[in-house]
Amino acid sequence: MASCSGGERPEQQPVASEFQKQLQMQLIKARPGDVITIPEGVHAINRGLSLNVSGVTLRGLGMDKSILSFKDQVQGAEGLLVNASDFTIEDLAIEDTAGDALKINEGRNIVIRRVRTEWTNGPDEENGAYGIYPVQAENVLLEDSVAIGASDAGLYVGQSRNVVVRNNRVEFNVAGIEIENTVHADVHGNVASNNTGGILVFNMPDLPNPGHSTRVFGNEVVGNNTANFGAEGTPVASVPAGSGIVINSNDRVEIFDNVITDNDTANIIISSYFATGYQGTRDMADDYDPYPETIYVYGNTLSGGGSSPDGLDLKALKVAKFGLTGSFPDVLWDGYVNTDKADENGRLLPEFAICVDNGTADVLNVDLGNGSENIVIGDEQHRCTHEKLPAVMLAAPLF
Amino acid sequence: MLLLAAAVAACSKPPPVVVHPADAPPDRLSDWGVVLADGRALELNAGVTPYELNMPLFSDYALKLRSVWLPTGTAVQYRGAREFEFPVGTILSKTFHYERAGVRHGVPLDVVRADRESMPDDAGRIDLDHRVLIETRLLVRYEDGWRALPYVWNETQDEAFLELAGDVRSIRLNDGSAQEQFVYVVPDVNQCGGCHKPNHTTAEMRPLGPRAWQLNREYRYPGGTRNQLEHWTASGILAGAPESPPEGVRWAVPGDGSTGQRARAYLDANCAHCHNANGPADTSGLDLGIDAPLDRRYGICKPPVAVGRGSGDRPYDIYPGRPDDSILVYRMAHSDPAIAMPELGRSTAHREGVELIREWIAGLAGGC
Repeated sequence: MASCSGGERPEQQPVASEFQKQLQMQLIKARPGDVITIPEGVHAINRGLSLNVSGVTLRGLGMDKSILSFKDQVQGAEGLLVNASDFTIEDLAIEDTAGDALKINEGRNIVIRRVRTEWTNGPDEENGAYGIYPVQAENVLLEDSVAIGASDAGLYVGQSRNVVVRNNRVEFNVAGIEIENTVHADVHGNVASNNTGGILVFNMPDLPNPGHSTRVFGNEVVGNNTANFGAEGTPVASVPAGSGIVINSNDRVEIFDNVITDNDTANIIISSYFATGYQGTRDMADDYDPYPETIYVYGNTLSGGGSSPDGLDLKALKVAKFGLTGSFPDVLWDGYVNTDKADENGRLLPEFAICVDNGTADVLNVDLGNGSENIVIGDEQHRCTHEKLPAVMLAAPLF
Repeated sequence: MLLLAAAVAACSKPPPVVVHPADAPPDRLSDWGVVLADGRALELNAGVTPYELNMPLFSDYALKLRSVWLPTGTAVQYRGAREFEFPVGTILSKTFHYERAGVRHGVPLDVVRADRESMPDDAGRIDLDHRVLIETRLLVRYEDGWRALPYVWNETQDEAFLELAGDVRSIRLNDGSAQEQFVYVVPDVNQCGGCHKPNHTTAEMRPLGPRAWQLNREYRYPGGTRNQLEHWTASGILAGAPESPPEGVRWAVPGDGSTGQRARAYLDANCAHCHNANGPADTSGLDLGIDAPLDRRYGICKPPVAVGRGSGDRPYDIYPGRPDDSILVYRMAHSDPAIAMPELGRSTAHREGVELIREWIAGLAGGC
């Protein structure tokens, strides 16, 4: 990307625009309470920007008016990297960064509002990984934003606590929204379409804290059938195209009141770490829990999913079990169970159960651990309910 | 040293070293009086001590002249193998330069690719007919902590100017008949903290290089070759060093230490400022500190977390016996900003470093 090819162009230094230098200086000299304004226009930026001062607001005039374009970025793993708390960013766009568009590493009280991150060439494995990426953050509000074209996740909340992700639009990413190793997240009012997977709730190993207690509700998760363009080895590379909402290895997750339609592999997938395709379990931390447990699905409007699953195994399974014109049930489960938390028949104890109380929606247990030898549809163990999770309450000053 | 410093600034006495207030750093590097250059040679001022590290951070094959200056009557306190405590008023400098390989003012600037140390000549000077200065970074210790200041050298090589927003320079590395052109990036001040805040939670700025195992080696001083820690102690700028300080392997000496020792020292110097238990990259769960246990947290059979395109379609950070399936090697060998590790401080790949890590991983047993 940064290489110089072809002898036709005159040799010259890459030039930093006056705007870029001015913005860098504003970020460097920022004091708590500062509002840095991004004026209308497309502003070319060729190196990563960073902010290390808490209490700063970065504000444009609209996500289609104030645009930071990183098309010719020569340096920096992010467009904007924020290592600070009490940070607000709103009404601007970050386009075509080499790596992540906006990363916020370890801050409290973070507001991201009406921000667009986009790779303007559309889905491409060469696009940057994450659009909006708060990590190890606490008290986070991510709303009314747009993420398009990320080669990993459009909105990615990692290892955070107390998070609200609402009323955003995510499309043509590998993962539209991903909540990873996060405790207490509410994901609602979002529209996820044309991603590989719409909304993901994951727990990864080797990290300081496992996530739990995420509510995914009132979202539209429609037609997420874009072929997976994530790099192999990344967690999302294992997500089949046509995944609506995916829970992987996470606990205490509630999926309710969503409209989930036309996701061709399945509208809802519930799976363990073992289904992600990495065999690596050597030295895996003893306290890592690879199983999804205490899952509660109810009140969703489900239709049209599972008609054309991604991947040869799932395709063959679908045809064998449901015929050429048939469809998978709405909920696909890999069937891995922690036997310490199961009864003598291998069914999860009630408090850990995967409960689907959603009209006619059935669970397909694909029994992945046994080579799909014992596929079960609509097992009784899923006809249950759990106590509902409380709403996430953002703490001052974000409520 | 005094006489030589005087010789550089032929018409006037060299200025004294001055510690400027934190809120008023001078625009001109010469105002600090640490590094002096007149277009023909660079020298360190009297009382400024040059030093080398056993295992330096790779920076696009730039040669680096490092120095330390302390206020009169003060000393660095040895606080353990990984910890030096510098007195308020300390000025550390690092001057990035190359050996020239072409016309003086070319764009791109033609320089020699050389994987070695930047030894001044026997008189302690760097001859600017043959070398070209790019930037000098200062770390200055104030009451409330360290400040980083990047200065960029002018074309006439007689002054460097403060560039808080950093800078870029087109450079072409020459290696026999092969050339590699790249954009050299001077970090902006915020980016200095990207490496120099190894604890991302306290966000305390600090020097990275000067540690016991890094400094425990010989240096060719104008007065003769001597172990650096002994020299620092003898000249009164280091107090409390033990009789047998920890040792490090030397990058520039082929075969120094085992492959494993060299690899781990290399990964510590190049990665552990972010990849440690409290670093900005603790989000990855990867700890490449020189004392970290060699297990999954060190990358052995560890699948990536938020790697994005950096995975290179490889399953683990370190796949014992299989360097070509190891993400570490992929990211070290790449210079695309979305893939390259470290994220800051280099635009080219360090072939020799990649080769070392490849060799080490190839020799690891066990598979995954």
